[in-house]
Amino acid sequence: MPARGNGRWLGGGLLLAAGLVAPYVVYPVFAMKVLCFALFACAFNLLLGYTGLLSFGHAAFLGSAGYVTAYTVKSLGFSPGLGLLAGTACAAVLGLVIGWLAIRRSGIYFAMITLGLAQVIYFLSLQLEFTGGEDGIQGVPRGVLFGVLPLDNPLVMYHFVLAVFLFGFWVVYRAIHSPFGQVLKAIRENEPRAVSLGYDVHRYKLLAFVLSATLAGLAGGTKSLVFQLASLTDVHWHTSGEVVLMTLLGGLGTEFGPVVGALLVVTLNNYLAGFGSWVTVITGAIFVVCVLAFRRGIVGEILAFARSRSAPKDP
Amino acid sequence: MKRLVRVLGVLGTVLLAAAAWAGSGISDGVIRIGVLNDMSGTYSDLAGPGSVVAAKMAVEDFGGKVLGKPIEILSADHLNKPDVAANKAREWYDKDKVDAIVDLPTSSCALAVLEVAKQKNKITIVSTGASTRITNKNCSPTNVHWTYDTYALAVGTAKAIVAEGGDTWFFLTADYAFGHSLEKDTAEVVKASGGKVVGAVRHPFPSADFSSFLMQAQASKAKIIGLANAGADTTNAIKQAREFGITPNQTLAGLLVFLTDVHSLGLETAQGMQLTTGFYWDYNDETRAWSKRFNERHGRMPTMVQAGVYSSLMHYFKAVEKAGTDEATAVMKAMKAIPVNDMFAKNGWIRDDGRMVHDMYLVQVKSPSESKGEWDYYKVLRVIPGDEAFMPLEKSTCPLVKK
Repeated sequence: MPARGNGRWLGGGLLLAAGLVAPYVVYPVFAMKVLCFALFACAFNLLLGYTGLLSFGHAAFLGSAGYVTAYTVKSLGFSPGLGLLAGTACAAVLGLVIGWLAIRRSGIYFAMITLGLAQVIYFLSLQLEFTGGEDGIQGVPRGVLFGVLPLDNPLVMYHFVLAVFLFGFWVVYRAIHSPFGQVLKAIRENEPRAVSLGYDVHRYKLLAFVLSATLAGLAGGTKSLVFQLASLTDVHWHTSGEVVLMTLLGGLGTEFGPVVGALLVVTLNNYLAGFGSWVTVITGAIFVVCVLAFRRGIVGEILAFARSRSAPKDP
Repeated sequence: MKRLVRVLGVLGTVLLAAAAWAGSGISDGVIRIGVLNDMSGTYSDLAGPGSVVAAKMAVEDFGGKVLGKPIEILSADHLNKPDVAANKAREWYDKDKVDAIVDLPTSSCALAVLEVAKQKNKITIVSTGASTRITNKNCSPTNVHWTYDTYALAVGTAKAIVAEGGDTWFFLTADYAFGHSLEKDTAEVVKASGGKVVGAVRHPFPSADFSSFLMQAQASKAKIIGLANAGADTTNAIKQAREFGITPNQTLAGLLVFLTDVHSLGLETAQGMQLTTGFYWDYNDETRAWSKRFNERHGRMPTMVQAGVYSSLMHYFKAVEKAGTDEATAVMKAMKAIPVNDMFAKNGWIRDDGRMVHDMYLVQVKSPSESKGEWDYYKVLRVIPGDEAFMPLEKSTCPLVKK
């Protein structure tokens, strides 16, 4: 057990170091994009990896929070912090409504309900006046955070995004390693048994769903400040699919897996952009290889390898 | 001590002079052009790699150099996602020292890149993006909208069809902002030209099955069915209209149709349809000569937006040469001062709102018996003069236009 604890500290330390060095090594906006998607994937992982609920509509939370943040900051003159809060709150409320409806079913039905409701959000985003429809909201001012931090400076913006990410990551980490998280895992492993032990399973699922939606919203709001735009892409079901891909690639139900997965997918999308249609082919091929060869994802396989090496010594 | 100060002073002057000299020339010694478009999705056929070929041809035809400095072409796929587009544009301007970004299909991507370019004071030339917002609400002092816009397409087609007796219209409209504005623009022109709009039906976007909508269009008995949609929606609607036997009796008016759409539909299905285009390869000797070269390299005839990319870059290089620098404001001033005269446009000019005004063509798709070979698709019915084709400057809501 201590070995695993050390590994966690090592992983966390490495991640933090990488996060601090990143803006000097790679293009800051790119690093910010990775962080936003990493937070999104972590939020998603809380639901899929630890509660065993496959939501196929998480883009709705990412996108709607993005729209609300962009709109409040651009048209209503909110400060960036307040706009981000408004976006996150919107995602939380949306998560409550969608979650309340969806958790009544499980498995494929749960996935379909979330997908269906997310498509409703997509439709609303396309039709409502304030979202700008197909064109989206552009030119969102980044403004000044707390009245002192000029977010137009790429480095200031980066550290703000890093702080948001670390906060989100910490929330997920705390949730997983609390009695609440233990119950979630119990539900994932065997729902009837959790019920028979006297846990109000619906309540736990709903709470996990809302928490996940809220953090996804936080990622979406931050993303709209980073790119200074909100668009249909973020509410499209492709994005819901992409986050599944990120989580699976990185390692389902591992703390750092989604971060690694997000880094990988965003990097592929970004640096292969010059290859045209090959991007989709390469991403697809990697996904196939991943599913066939290392089903636990990158981080999952590393952990399994470490465990298999330390296991024989124990007894 | 005094000497040291003097030496430092001289050094400082030299450095300042060097900096000033560098400021008036070409930044970092290379002119870099970024072709940012859709390389893998819906618009890869009509823009995509073909636009890169057109850009490379422009560089070669200009001699590979401007003001003695080499020209480089970069290209990337924005996947029709505005965040990817904005990110790439930022990176190109900041890191790769790109001077101008061209092509930019999908309105949302074009608008996102426009905002980035405005902030960084860099040039954008939109060729494939079609929204009129590019030269209205979201106009930018460093952008030119080169080839066409939705207004020009809708107006050209509608006016001509009404004048020929197609005076009752029914709209098949994609149910989102783009479709609505296309329908509105066209309906206004139809009414102003003395026609009547008998009805409209909204179809979800995107849609694969148009049967019930087409039945309504048929029942309306309108002479013309206006297709206020784009891409796959348009081609699907055209195909199904043919299958239902609607087309020979009622005429379809495609409001956003490209040469490659006609190519994939086939003449059998598309024949008789009228549409507006900014360029047709078989128009005169000049267009034929250029398009033949393009075809040899790309294996397909150019669409209007690919020809537009070529034309816009040739003009950009001329402007850089005239301005003696690649600084955006000076180049844009030169671009607006020089008339556009090439195989794409005659006496074209760039307005304050960034609209490049040039002649458009009303064409009709040939029937299979009229067509003399592959790519022989259109007959040009009418040349629409630029002033008539584009939205008048008085109507523009662009804040840069002085009224």
